[in-house]
Amino acid sequence: MSEETVEVAPGAEAPVVPAGGQAGAKAVRRAFSSPIASFLVIALTVVWTIPTLGLLATSLRPEKDVAQTGWWTFFAHPGITLANYHDVLFNGGFGVSNGLMPYLVNSLAITVPATIFPLALASMAAYALAWVRFKGSDIIFFVIFALQVVPLQMALVPLLQLYSGGAHIGSVTIFPSLGLGGTYAPVWISHTMFALPLAVFLLHNFIAQLPNDLIEAARVDGASHFRVFRSIVLPLATPALASFAIFQFLWVWNDLLVALTFAGGTPEVAPLTVRLAQLSGSFGDHWEILTAGAFISIIIPLAVFFSLQRYFVRGLLAGSVKG
Amino acid sequence: MWADALTKFGNAAGAVVVFVAVLLLIFFAAGRASGRVSKPLAVTIFLGPALLLLAVGLVVPAIRTITLSFYNDDSTKFLGGNNYTWAFTSSGEQQILLNTLLWIIVAPVVTTVLGLVLALLVDRLRHQGLYKAFIFMPMAISFVGASIIWKFVYNYRDPSQPQIGLLSQICLWLGWHNPPNWILSHPLNNFLLMVIMVWVQTGFAMVVLSAAIKAIPDEITEAAVLDGARGWRLFQYVTIPMIRNTLVVVLTTVMITTLKLFDIIRTMTGGNFGTQVLANEMYSQSFTEFNTGRGSALAVILFVAVLPLVGYNIVQLRRERATR
Repeated sequence: MSEETVEVAPGAEAPVVPAGGQAGAKAVRRAFSSPIASFLVIALTVVWTIPTLGLLATSLRPEKDVAQTGWWTFFAHPGITLANYHDVLFNGGFGVSNGLMPYLVNSLAITVPATIFPLALASMAAYALAWVRFKGSDIIFFVIFALQVVPLQMALVPLLQLYSGGAHIGSVTIFPSLGLGGTYAPVWISHTMFALPLAVFLLHNFIAQLPNDLIEAARVDGASHFRVFRSIVLPLATPALASFAIFQFLWVWNDLLVALTFAGGTPEVAPLTVRLAQLSGSFGDHWEILTAGAFISIIIPLAVFFSLQRYFVRGLLAGSVKG
Repeated sequence: MWADALTKFGNAAGAVVVFVAVLLLIFFAAGRASGRVSKPLAVTIFLGPALLLLAVGLVVPAIRTITLSFYNDDSTKFLGGNNYTWAFTSSGEQQILLNTLLWIIVAPVVTTVLGLVLALLVDRLRHQGLYKAFIFMPMAISFVGASIIWKFVYNYRDPSQPQIGLLSQICLWLGWHNPPNWILSHPLNNFLLMVIMVWVQTGFAMVVLSAAIKAIPDEITEAAVLDGARGWRLFQYVTIPMIRNTLVVVLTTVMITTLKLFDIIRTMTGGNFGTQVLANEMYSQSFTEFNTGRGSALAVILFVAVLPLVGYNIVQLRRERATR
């Protein structure tokens, strides 16, 4: 399989660079070559990094220092402590009983299933649309593709009503209230629903390009569609699955809107983002705690970013129109 | 607490295990079917769950939201277009629409221009991967995290006290002895919030545009250079026209993200101090004011505003795939 098919991003001329373009690009860039240009890039990089650096530095400073001096004095008078992290995770420190620990647990417990569910269902749908030939498959694919235009704001209110009250036509209940309040299920299901249009579209693009011979040969040998899907399609589609999984993992981990709507704000189900948004509003002056909390929430995406940059950039470019 | 964590992880892991087990069981059972039923069965099992979830989770709710937007707050009385009239004529809502308009013009344009400048400059430097990584890094951070980072930068204290907000301190260093309380100063606060969006999205613009510039065929640039095009003229007459489509895609993509902007406003100001925008107002009307009708009308307005942008974008992306 060539490098080209590994590329799942429909992102505009996405980051795989065609070999031919280098010299021409150089000519363009030479035109912009000057010490001023280098200075500009370095200056922008520094400006881009400083806010995050300030967050990290503050989260490591003792409470008293944070309240009295700016974080930039930290480098002249270093005093490092991990007490803020301990406080924010386990004590709360806001006069709230628990710290962020339950919310961190919730974030993980929400994100992992909300990544696996759509990945499995979308790859199944993509396989059927690409390789099980049946009447109407083109129309179904187009409808799923077109559903990408619906912003999830259009679904929030009716979906919440469905989860809490069931569905009724007149007095006839066509869907009972499931009593899922206070569990992760509404959040998992909602993330799965909202992920499907993009996931089916991306995975279909990839799965449809798998070599025809391979799949036909297996079918002729008598393998069922289920066997072909499990033993041939899934292993070969791993790069596409990985890109989408990383994108979806980060999307769910970073999401505020879906979690706020379907999980509420309780420590039983709400993820970190929801709690941090609350704290930022109500306890805005405890910067040593707020910065430590924020850093805990961004450390996982940053770790994913720096370790899997290639897949990460692809996944993000591919998903840039999601929502 | 650890017991609580264990239960929660157990629930999540249990859900995944049950989900996968059920799928494998169905695959195993359905894989034994043969003859005429095997194909319809395969289609139903592969496609059924996704279609059902899309119908229940997107199609029906979207239609219902459109219906609800013509009703009153608890959906008992038909109001016709009153909710829409309210959205476009009440002074509070007009301010919100104006803010949103300002956002979708300023933030995407600044992001795209900065991304283009960086794309042109960064690739000639040594250690370019490092610069790119640091500028792209905010894309990994949630809008909530980014908002807290910048809220700290914008922190205000009386100028006579030692400062802890970087922006105020810089102003003092530069000799401005009376910097304002940034987040409370309207209309300046809108632009300060846009900085967060630009900070997050510029890396995306840079990476996409950089790839587009590298993809310009050699012959075209060489021919232009032979004809005497240099520097600014080369940029204006060759580079820009060659990457025009990508520029528009980047611009519209950031516009879509901006239109749906919710997290930054929620975390930074909660929509107060004249910073409210459409998506956050939609949430407030629906889930704080419990006015389902008005909230739904705002959702529909958002949908109609996003529609041409997303439509253009996905058609464009599909076309580029086709030509590749």
